[in-house]
Amino acid sequence: MFPMPLMNACRKRVAFVAGRGLSRIAVLLVLWSAALASHAALPIQQWVAASGARVLFVESHDLPMLDVSVEFPAGSGRDAVESSGLANVTQRLMRLGVEGMNEDAISRGFADVGAMLNSTFDADRAGFSLRTLSSDAEQKQALDVMGRIVQSPSFPEPTLEREKARAIATLKESDTKPETIVMRRFAHLLYADHPYGLRTTGEPKTIAQLTRANLVGFYKSHYNADVAVVAIMGDITRARAGEIAEQLTRDLPKAAAPLPPIAPVRALTTALESDVEHPSAQAHILVGQPGLKRIDPDYFPLWVGNYILGGGGFTSRLYNEVREKRALSYSVYSFFVPFEQQGPFQIGLQTRSDQAQEALRVVRGVLSDFATKGPTPAELEGAKQNIVGGFALRIDSNQKILNYLAVIGFYELPIDYLDTFTTRIEAVTLEQIRDAYTRRIDPERMATVVVGGGKPSQ
Amino acid sequence: MVSNTMTVRALIAAAAWCACATVYADVQQHVLPNGMKILVKEDRRAPVVACMVWYRAGSMDEVNGTTGVAHVLEHMMFKGTKDVPSGEFSRAIARAGGRDNAFTNKDATVYHQQLHKSKLPLALKLEADRMANLILSEAEFSREIRVVMEERRLRTDDQPKSLVYEARSATAYEAHPYRTPVVGWMNDLENLTYEDARNWYNAWYAPNNATLVVVGDVSAEAVFAEAEKHFGPIPARLLPRRKPQTEPPQQGIKRVIVNAPAELPYLVMGWHAPSLRDVDKDWAPYALEMLAAVLDGGDAARLNRELVRESRLAISVGAGYDGINRGPGEFIIDATPAPGKTIEELESAVREQIRRIVDKGVSADELQRVKAQVTAYQVFQLDSMFAQAREFGSLDNAGLPFDSLELQAKKLKEVTSAQVQEVAKTYLVDDRLTVAVLSPQPLGGRKPAAAPAPEHRH
Repeated sequence: MFPMPLMNACRKRVAFVAGRGLSRIAVLLVLWSAALASHAALPIQQWVAASGARVLFVESHDLPMLDVSVEFPAGSGRDAVESSGLANVTQRLMRLGVEGMNEDAISRGFADVGAMLNSTFDADRAGFSLRTLSSDAEQKQALDVMGRIVQSPSFPEPTLEREKARAIATLKESDTKPETIVMRRFAHLLYADHPYGLRTTGEPKTIAQLTRANLVGFYKSHYNADVAVVAIMGDITRARAGEIAEQLTRDLPKAAAPLPPIAPVRALTTALESDVEHPSAQAHILVGQPGLKRIDPDYFPLWVGNYILGGGGFTSRLYNEVREKRALSYSVYSFFVPFEQQGPFQIGLQTRSDQAQEALRVVRGVLSDFATKGPTPAELEGAKQNIVGGFALRIDSNQKILNYLAVIGFYELPIDYLDTFTTRIEAVTLEQIRDAYTRRIDPERMATVVVGGGKPSQ
Repeated sequence: MVSNTMTVRALIAAAAWCACATVYADVQQHVLPNGMKILVKEDRRAPVVACMVWYRAGSMDEVNGTTGVAHVLEHMMFKGTKDVPSGEFSRAIARAGGRDNAFTNKDATVYHQQLHKSKLPLALKLEADRMANLILSEAEFSREIRVVMEERRLRTDDQPKSLVYEARSATAYEAHPYRTPVVGWMNDLENLTYEDARNWYNAWYAPNNATLVVVGDVSAEAVFAEAEKHFGPIPARLLPRRKPQTEPPQQGIKRVIVNAPAELPYLVMGWHAPSLRDVDKDWAPYALEMLAAVLDGGDAARLNRELVRESRLAISVGAGYDGINRGPGEFIIDATPAPGKTIEELESAVREQIRRIVDKGVSADELQRVKAQVTAYQVFQLDSMFAQAREFGSLDNAGLPFDSLELQAKKLKEVTSAQVQEVAKTYLVDDRLTVAVLSPQPLGGRKPAAAPAPEHRH
């Protein structure tokens, strides 16, 4: 609510990655223990709770605090076009009323013990993460409220009506902004009617029609123990972690039928372009294709390649060509967002409206050159030095470790993923990157959206 | 979410380290003969460091006609020295597995790196080099100033709420330099020269105007020695005299309206308030902090409960106070009305909330809840080395003791209902108030694309 836009001006805008971008996924093998390659980077304990939920736990007593998340395959990828927003509104209502507690009692339940509950939501995953002191009384109260939110939400009708009105107002406001318009149009070009093309938070029209029965139905069919992933990080014992996992999942509804996988994504067959008028000072530009699955044979070559193309902060090709040499944009980036099915591969920038076509020419040139020729040996070496050398920064806080546990659990990545990570980075070759980009990223079949580009200056 | 940030930030300002003596030490200070201050906190949880150099030169030190120069210089600091060519700073940090960036605010310009602990000497060497040896070429400047103008378009010109904040500050302050935006007025950016940037660098980039902050898996003695080696040889310089430019007393309420393309109106009310100057003897800043938390410390706090949940006048509302500044403080409330509700209704509802606190104070429950949150944040804050380094740097930059976090938390917990009443009565009055309002305009209502900036030499 406080934009605080003028408090800080920064040299670089960090590209916002919806959901978990590759760059945010914790990864790893411990740097300082190359000699201990047989040892785990993090001692992750993993088990299946009696409820059927998958549990991942790292015990750490450095700080007297505890982080716990519970996640379900209940993201916007489970929405239908005609009920877009159902998944998000369901999750939103869960924390606004449970059996025996109204929304104020719930909020106070956390605030009274200094705990914080965050909602996590993207195309694949929906859930909650709690941060609390690990001391007995605080931990117990916070987990009790969290358990009720997950297992006995009451979806009060008057609250639903209010939240629908709030959500619709927020969406309408958002729809005036070039950054929203460009994202929506881009997602639609990439995915057409596939649910990954829907806005994660829904549309004003579809939200207006949602009923309490819709929410209850969605909750019962998606918030099931056998698909739940519980991640726990912090100052408790293994025995206590076991109790918590049961407490948070034993009363979840039983699924009537197993959830189907998310439908496959179709590749683009032609180049698609869209220009939208907007009175903004800058044109907002997105270029991309459906990209990468979370479990994908090309994962590492594409990811390391993207560090070189547009992911590596102040050193990438896009940064050098668009900003450093030509001063066309403040922010320019590329990323993959890996989902259960192919999430977006996306290049983005903003530039003064009359420079839109020039910027687009530069981006296309960089992409085409990279996708056909791949990186240079020096670029690959630099990428590996950064990723391997910076490994420790990926797991240097409880928060980062919790995020990692949640991803590894949700996508069923190998439990030694951390231990083999830097080895797999080191093993990526120039030829693998060139080959993967040649097969997977086709510069002739990109979706391109320009919002606010006005007329080209020449 | 962002309003939480403000509250959290405020609370975090009161955080202290816990008694985990095996993992943590206190902050240690060392001052080099040339006046450069070094603060180190040993934190052994992961083999990494957060490293920051704070220059006590922010937008408040700028003069008319060259607003934005502090931030432009921040960009230019990556453009090379005789030993380290343009862009090489970031490339060297990246090759070392590190991340680097910088930010500028009203009070300071800050450069930071996060790295494996073994790479700290590299960061110190590079920082010392650009403190003394920056090359400021006209060619590099003429490109980078265009990047900064793109940054302004992105973050301010196309963001209606940012424009409201900019107009609000320019209205609230008539004499004090907090009136100008950190990024600078566009016309000043268009007319800024490389000599302006060079003058700024020569005036303020001296060891006696800088503080190095390091948090991480290092020994303080080793950091002091390494810092001495790199920064020690740089001579101290006479700094320009700083004028107080105290804001004269306001006489009557001020109002400003911003017309911009948007769907919903937006209201910001800001009152002049004191900043924290004497951590032990001051009490009003703590009471203002408490007041902000009672109004907006979570979803069950007064503003959200009554204006969003109960009366449904607003779709969002927030309150914040930040007392850690070199200049004066402000107490701010912002809100977006629900569709069909007016700014006038919302403003009078906010005034009613304040009146109730002035008349009746706050409840013991509310005070207790905030105290619990402060206690928890004292621990949560320790999860991030970067956040800790930022906290120490920010206190030191504001002229407050870097080791006063624990005392601040204690003072905040001692605040009484009568003190909250007293500050509400004293400071939240019309003679201190500036009200800024976004008046939404249809998207077609503005001329397409701002006028192009004058061409700079390529």
